[in-house]
Amino acid sequence: MRNIFLFIRRYFNFILFLLLQGFSIYLIVHYSRYHKAVFSKTANQLTGKVNEQYNKVTYYFQLKKTNDSLVAANEKLYNKLKADFELPDTSSNFLVDSIKVDSMEQFRKYHYFPAKVVYNSVAAQNNFIVLGRGSSQNIKEGMGIIDPNSGVVGIVTEVSTDYAVVMGLLHKDSHLSGKLLKTGETGTLSWDGKTPNIVSLNGIPKGTKVAKGDTIISSGYSTSIPKGMMMGIVQDIRVDKGTTNYIINFKTSANFYNLEFVYAIDNKQAESIKQVLEKEKEKEKTQ
Amino acid sequence: MNTFVKNIIRFALFILVQHFVLDKIHLHQMVTPYIYFLFILWLPFRMGRTQQMIFAFILGFTLDSFRNNPGFHASACVLIAYIRPFLINLLIPQEGADNNYEEPSFKSMGGILPYMIFIGVLTFIHHGWLFLLEAWQFGNIWYFLVKTLLSTLLSLFLIIITEMLFTRQQKFRTNTV
Repeated sequence: MRNIFLFIRRYFNFILFLLLQGFSIYLIVHYSRYHKAVFSKTANQLTGKVNEQYNKVTYYFQLKKTNDSLVAANEKLYNKLKADFELPDTSSNFLVDSIKVDSMEQFRKYHYFPAKVVYNSVAAQNNFIVLGRGSSQNIKEGMGIIDPNSGVVGIVTEVSTDYAVVMGLLHKDSHLSGKLLKTGETGTLSWDGKTPNIVSLNGIPKGTKVAKGDTIISSGYSTSIPKGMMMGIVQDIRVDKGTTNYIINFKTSANFYNLEFVYAIDNKQAESIKQVLEKEKEKEKTQ
Repeated sequence: MNTFVKNIIRFALFILVQHFVLDKIHLHQMVTPYIYFLFILWLPFRMGRTQQMIFAFILGFTLDSFRNNPGFHASACVLIAYIRPFLINLLIPQEGADNNYEEPSFKSMGGILPYMIFIGVLTFIHHGWLFLLEAWQFGNIWYFLVKTLLSTLLSLFLIIITEMLFTRQQKFRTNTV
């Protein structure tokens, strides 16, 4: 017994070193697997405040670009207005809806919330984006995030009361599914950690007709991001030697260097889809 | 100024400068300079190794929580804090000379060369370990080596500039051990 104590006293520093290293590596592994950590709620709240103060300053330098992108988004929306279209057919009756309650609301699937980007990075190998909007402002885990011109940014992985952390496309654990607009083949996105704004799409079978300049959109298979959101434009196509698939590098349509405003998408039907999936899983277990 | 207060101010300044200025730099989408760990290199000679490691862990952990990516910097900081005392013992000109001054600098390490080796080795280890942890799954050895070397050079350049800009006035304490 005495020897053990002597041993611990003699090698205390080394043991402490191993403990601290072990804890750090545990954090790395644990965090990237479950995207969650015990302390993160308070840490988020604290660092979020500091980041917000800093963002107040840098925001001014980006105002011009932010304005331009908002104008572009507005233009797009104006062009979708019903008032822009006039059918030549005049046989339809003009009806006035006398019910004041919006009867469409119960069928709503997606709800968009604006959010300001408080912190953003592209330099690390695992980049996160912090939004100045949290659970008390309707942000939930698993919400999809798009930029003002409907380019996919990422998915919310963590929420505190006033801030939310988004795992963007520029993160090595981010594996959203993307789809070729022309042919409809679906693959998984991944990022190699080197060049920001360039992400690759894997799992597209060889022989698919794809060319430089093709559009990649979101597949809509997950409950987070609706179908048809712009993901990017194909830049170059390589053949994966190990498999018979293409590796398609594309330029993301969201510019991660200067994100200022984004939209969080709440899927109102996500709950019911999840319930069905869980029922199915339980069935499989009992069988 | 009290050593404790001085170190708290340093801690805050290094974290802020690193996170808000240097982390935005990304030369050729590859090279990012780091100087925040200068806090660890500048800790007093007399501080116990246990304390050094704990402070290093707190420093790394703080930067990590700003980046929402816990573990990476904490691990690298603890590693250099563990190695630091060995290196000081190797490089210090004579036995007990680390009692003459408070903390490592060009003057207290006895010249430019020993101090440069001290900074250079620790910077290289810090960067190497950090990028190794980050690159766990990417596995491109050349990319990793070039990135480590270039980042080390850029960081060293910035560290030397920092040393020149903020000369630390240190009194010669005593040579009677």
